[in-house]
Amino acid sequence: MHTVVLTKGVPDFREGQVSFDEDGHLERGKTPTVMNPNDKHALRAALQTKVRHGGSVSLMSMGPPGYAEVLQEGMADVYADDLYLLSDREMGAADTWATAMTLATGLENLDEEPDVVFAGFKTADGETGHTGPQTEWCMDWPLVTHVIALDIDEEERTLRAKRLVEGDVKEIETVEAPLPCFVVADPDFEPTYRTAEHRLRYKDLREETQARAEEFGEYLDDETEKEPTDWDHFEMWNHEALNLDPDYIGLDGSPTIVAGVDPIPKAPSEREATMIDPSDEAGMESVFEEVKPYAGGD
Amino acid sequence: MTDDYEHYEAVVVGAGPGGAAAAATLANNGVETLVLERGVEAGSKNVSGGLIYAEQSAPYTIDGLFPNFREEATERPADEYYLHNVAGNKVKTVDMTDLHHTDTEWCDSVLRRRMDGWLEDRVHEMTRETGGGLLTEVRVNGLLREGGEIVGVTCDELDPIKADVIVAADGVNSELARDAGLMDWDEPDEWFQGVKAIVDMPEGAIEERFDIREDEGEAHLFSGDLFEGVRGGGLLYTNEDTLSIGTVFHLDSLVAEQAEPHELLDALLTHPLLAQWLGDDYEEIEYGAKLVPDSKKVAHPSPHEGRLMLVGDAAGQMQAQGPIIKGMNHAVTAGALAAEAFAQAQARGDESTAGELYEQKLRTEGVMDKLRPPQYELASVVGENERVTELGERVVNSPLGRAGLKVAEKTGVLERGFNSPFVMSIMPDTKLPYVTIPTALGEALGDRVTDENTIQPPDLADRIGDLTYDVGDPHIELVDNSFAASGDAVSACPVSATDFGGGCYRDEKVKTNGSEEHLVSLDTQPCVECGTCAIVADTDWDHPAGGKGVEFKQG
Repeated sequence: MHTVVLTKGVPDFREGQVSFDEDGHLERGKTPTVMNPNDKHALRAALQTKVRHGGSVSLMSMGPPGYAEVLQEGMADVYADDLYLLSDREMGAADTWATAMTLATGLENLDEEPDVVFAGFKTADGETGHTGPQTEWCMDWPLVTHVIALDIDEEERTLRAKRLVEGDVKEIETVEAPLPCFVVADPDFEPTYRTAEHRLRYKDLREETQARAEEFGEYLDDETEKEPTDWDHFEMWNHEALNLDPDYIGLDGSPTIVAGVDPIPKAPSEREATMIDPSDEAGMESVFEEVKPYAGGD
Repeated sequence: MTDDYEHYEAVVVGAGPGGAAAAATLANNGVETLVLERGVEAGSKNVSGGLIYAEQSAPYTIDGLFPNFREEATERPADEYYLHNVAGNKVKTVDMTDLHHTDTEWCDSVLRRRMDGWLEDRVHEMTRETGGGLLTEVRVNGLLREGGEIVGVTCDELDPIKADVIVAADGVNSELARDAGLMDWDEPDEWFQGVKAIVDMPEGAIEERFDIREDEGEAHLFSGDLFEGVRGGGLLYTNEDTLSIGTVFHLDSLVAEQAEPHELLDALLTHPLLAQWLGDDYEEIEYGAKLVPDSKKVAHPSPHEGRLMLVGDAAGQMQAQGPIIKGMNHAVTAGALAAEAFAQAQARGDESTAGELYEQKLRTEGVMDKLRPPQYELASVVGENERVTELGERVVNSPLGRAGLKVAEKTGVLERGFNSPFVMSIMPDTKLPYVTIPTALGEALGDRVTDENTIQPPDLADRIGDLTYDVGDPHIELVDNSFAASGDAVSACPVSATDFGGGCYRDEKVKTNGSEEHLVSLDTQPCVECGTCAIVADTDWDHPAGGKGVEFKQG
């Protein structure tokens, strides 16, 4: 089974990492870039496929050369085998449509056609949730979204997935789709490893890929190396390598127009409060009166 | 349906020294071996006093099975061995180094997280080559049976697994031994309870205060009147840059005196004798506890049933005879012998004889005689007789007895007696040798300690607060919550205490319709999984799921 996971580098929005200016705008230069947190669920789904069925997991992203570190993080955390970065100035400032075009071309350019392509649910910066489905649309594959559990029948070349029915987390449906297939993993995706054999293989993969990720890390840190494509498990493709017309990718290929950005107002920091001494009976009585209208349970 | 289950030739449950020895020996014999450990890492569920022996007479030693063990997994050698007999602030110290070195190839102090964690990597590597391997965070919760026969194990985290042999090295609270009906958890007098503090020492302090080099270490034992008359004693071992300081008591005595284990530990920690080693700044980095089987009473003479073999604490293979405390070495020997027995039985084409062969090896290799000395069985009839004990107490405390002690010291009989493995092996389980004699020795022959011990050990709430827990579902259920049935747990549980609300067990007086009931309530959140309450209270006692519960960083 060959699976590919699509990922994106996003600002690290965690407390202590993220930095905003006085107007509430994100300071990209001061905020580190990390792998989109939701993409890890997609990687876990891909890893489960590899543990159960063998094969390999590739990680693909579009972004500046610095995204190589995001891919390295994916390799170390969730054990990807090969890394692909689609990187070119012509690809810059792309909206979801142009990004999907580029990614779909990247997927077509792989030596071996993937059996399953996984994407995470929404990126932490754009929050659109469009790129995955649009990429699938370019490829004309079946699409299964909100997947929380996955099973593949290799012989029948089918995939069976449990998915949350949109808008109702309590409703779960099981769907079947032929391979190759495009899967969007839900944040509720839980890989299951109920046999010792699977867990042992998982442990082997962890050792193997962590060693490889360390090697890649050292390679990225080594500034004397100029050609990042020297490393066996890492490929970087520009628009020429993908035979893409610059008019259809990047800013030029993006129909979306961002008319403006409004910062979300900060929550008011002052609230009205009345302090009442518990020994003040009349005061406590007024608290009771205050709360009474809400006591009906409505 | 069971045909669909996974199958391994051998499943070893527990990755302590017994499980590691079994797995390594199975792997060395080319047996496909799967090791299942419930901790996040081997050693994270373990506490031990802290000395591991390699005996000259033993067929297997841990460093024989795992090269570089001493260099990489242990703390310091225990070169010298002292017993301090305490009466108030008078102390009579007896050098027991000779006894300690009897039949000893080497003896090192260890911390279990480090030691077992080191073993885990080696065991995984060795067993992986056989097609198996070692998995952590998997709790084996019972035996898989077919037509009444044991054929494998069941787990919380995995589907059932079948095996040709199951080595249960799952510790003192072995769920498999219980499932097989080989061991029970009924009688407090068959168990000891140990509690221990790991104390951080400033750089160079151990060398300076014990007057030893970096590659030397010491062991000190304590008995006498500092433990409220509870039968047992204290220990102090030097580690690389910490001290292991603990107390071990007969569980029945702890219950009878309604003593609080953490307070007894504090009594040792704050005794003036320890001031010379502890200095003024006391930093405790871990508090832990465990049950210790008394092999004289519970070491199973026939620790197998069908495909199941018990090794180590799970089989009660823990030798605690007065100052002789040896457990891990016997677990290693038993583990390796069980594995050897299976490999031989398999080679003969009759795996069903493995258990019998293991039992036979335990006997012929002398393990059983160490665990259950025949002389103890004879001597205890007399030594544990109430009238004999009473008489002994009176003699020791009489002027004549005191004079006798002095003569014994002058003529060297005292030192010789303490250093005699025979004398130690017939020591009766009464207050006489644990409390009365040591106290009399301290009083009659001891030197007064003038140091002032200024340290303040942390209280129980802080000790619990410093432990790491991944709280899962409650794993212990109180079957009978009346104080009469389960009240002993309130004081005997090492993380509970009378008048302390933050522990596992609390006693409560509940008023209903004018009548008052004395009840016990249980919150398993701070549980250190020692198993004390399984014995002294009426509970349904299980381990937490894999990776859940307490996680010891030192052990």
